Amino acid sequence: MSSLPALFGVLVFTFLLMRVLPGDPAVFFASGPNAGKEEVELIRKQMGLDKSVPEQLTLYLYDVGRGNLGRSMMTGQLVTKDLRERLPASLELTFTALLIALVSAVPLGVLAALKPGSIIDHGVRLFCALGVCVPTFVSGLLLIYVFYYLLGLAPDPTGRIDVFTSMPPSRTGFLMIDFLIAGDIDGWWAAFRQLILPALSMALFVIAPLARITRASMLVSLGSDFVRTARSVGLSWRHVVVTYALRNAILPVITIAGIVFSTMLGANVLVEKVFSWPGVASYALDALLSSDYAPVQGFVLLMASLFVLVNLTVDVCYGIADPRVSIE
Amino acid sequence: MTSTTLRHSIWILRGNPLTGVAATGVLLLILVAIFGPWIVPYDPIASNVQEALLPPSAAHIAGTDQLGRDVFSRLIVAARLDLAIAVSAVSISFVLGAVIGSFCGYAGGRLDRTVGRFVDVMMAFPLFVLAMAMVAALGNRVENIVIATAVINLPFYIRFARAEVNVRRNLGWVEAARACGESHISVVLRFLLPNILPAMAVQMSLNLGWAILNAAGLSFIGLGVKPPTPEWGIMVAEGARFISTGRWWLVAFPGLALMLAVLCFNLLGDGMRDILDPRMRT
Repeated sequence: MSSLPALFGVLVFTFLLMRVLPGDPAVFFASGPNAGKEEVELIRKQMGLDKSVPEQLTLYLYDVGRGNLGRSMMTGQLVTKDLRERLPASLELTFTALLIALVSAVPLGVLAALKPGSIIDHGVRLFCALGVCVPTFVSGLLLIYVFYYLLGLAPDPTGRIDVFTSMPPSRTGFLMIDFLIAGDIDGWWAAFRQLILPALSMALFVIAPLARITRASMLVSLGSDFVRTARSVGLSWRHVVVTYALRNAILPVITIAGIVFSTMLGANVLVEKVFSWPGVASYALDALLSSDYAPVQGFVLLMASLFVLVNLTVDVCYGIADPRVSIE
Repeated sequence: MTSTTLRHSIWILRGNPLTGVAATGVLLLILVAIFGPWIVPYDPIASNVQEALLPPSAAHIAGTDQLGRDVFSRLIVAARLDLAIAVSAVSISFVLGAVIGSFCGYAGGRLDRTVGRFVDVMMAFPLFVLAMAMVAALGNRVENIVIATAVINLPFYIRFARAEVNVRRNLGWVEAARACGESHISVVLRFLLPNILPAMAVQMSLNLGWAILNAAGLSFIGLGVKPPTPEWGIMVAEGARFISTGRWWLVAFPGLALMLAVLCFNLLGDGMRDILDPRMRT
């Protein structure tokens, strides 16, 4: 809950940033360079830009409080509607990427920690060192080159679904789930093939910090007294590693996973652009490049709310992983 | 640097030759950034449509782009801009962060807690989104990429300086300085700050790589640097249109340049940390 003031801060900060600074959106959205003064004035009034900044801020906060994020000049729709339509695409991508990252990083880290100094350990370290250096947009494009152009395994990197597949009836907005509910396996496969490359390029960037922290934390936990005791009473090695060592080593991994998730929310902007993914980030980017205030503010606010949610989830996970940590 | 530190550094370098390689790489990068425009084989912005989209060959070792410009020459010339953006952004956050962090760490109490809380929250926020919003709001110019990158780097320095000063504030030599009649401001600026500088320098090297990636990311999405200026991020963005037709060199070479630059800074930072504090080794 302590992140709520931060949420408010972000809200005011983005508002001020967007308003105080130069660039007149009313001129931008007028019919053209020859638009008459009256037309510009009319649009300005429509957008509420004729009022003073504190007045605009109060109005804006009041609107946000009622769940009204304004109207996008670009699409002509309510920002909340646009965001709601596009959020599942972004979330599906981010969650899949996080899943891939966790499923590969935790075993890698554990393996490296089990045999420090071995070839596996050095391999993991090399992979981590390289992984943080390759920008997501470059790895995404190279994946397209290899899997689409060279091998022909991946479909055309444009969006969530190819033109030949029809969308399933929307229930959750997550295509992976909607296709399953509809029982359309071919559709599911088509959507999966579109999803896997962007998710992979996003995951590649965050495997490194996750594997690194797993390794460090496993090393500490494997060297501790309780692991020595567990081994000395004759428990199987596998049992000791998975149940005792890993369970105790997982807390720092959860913390980093929370941070990683928020990094991924940012990386969404890059990946969605590379793969023409119809998510919230590409929506905000288009709005941003045409100085359409409302969607950008809505997007930043959405990110901030997601970030609060993630922090809460991390706290809850903490409590589950280690009952000594209670939620105060 | 005393002779023991020197010997210690040499000993570490022998155990970890990568640091030496990374230092050479960084040096090379700086040289390229300074002398780049004079050593390139072709004019980086002169277009030559007859030779557009040629794959790498002896004449153009990194191929040519859609306007027939030599990709290798553009890569070399871009080093200056990319490095300048990252270095100036990191320097701004270094100076501001060191001063703000030191004073907070030294003063402690309520101010410290408030700033600490603020920094923690900011660090967990999707920083790239913040940078994006700032560049968009401040105006689509290179200076604003620098400012945005500086702002999103700032919390790391504040936090670092704060922690480092906090463990030193009650040490004997700080008290001695106070007892000698030094004012609080002078204790922080003349005694504590110089003391934490080496550790901060390591942080800076580790941070430079991240700053390069962020700046390149911003120009990749079309913020800041404008074509035809050669810059690694924008080169990738321009090459992206041709990747699905197999023109890999337009993306791979700028990507490689980015990767190598970031790798060198990261390895150098890791190596410097080992020299400074062998216990931190992971």
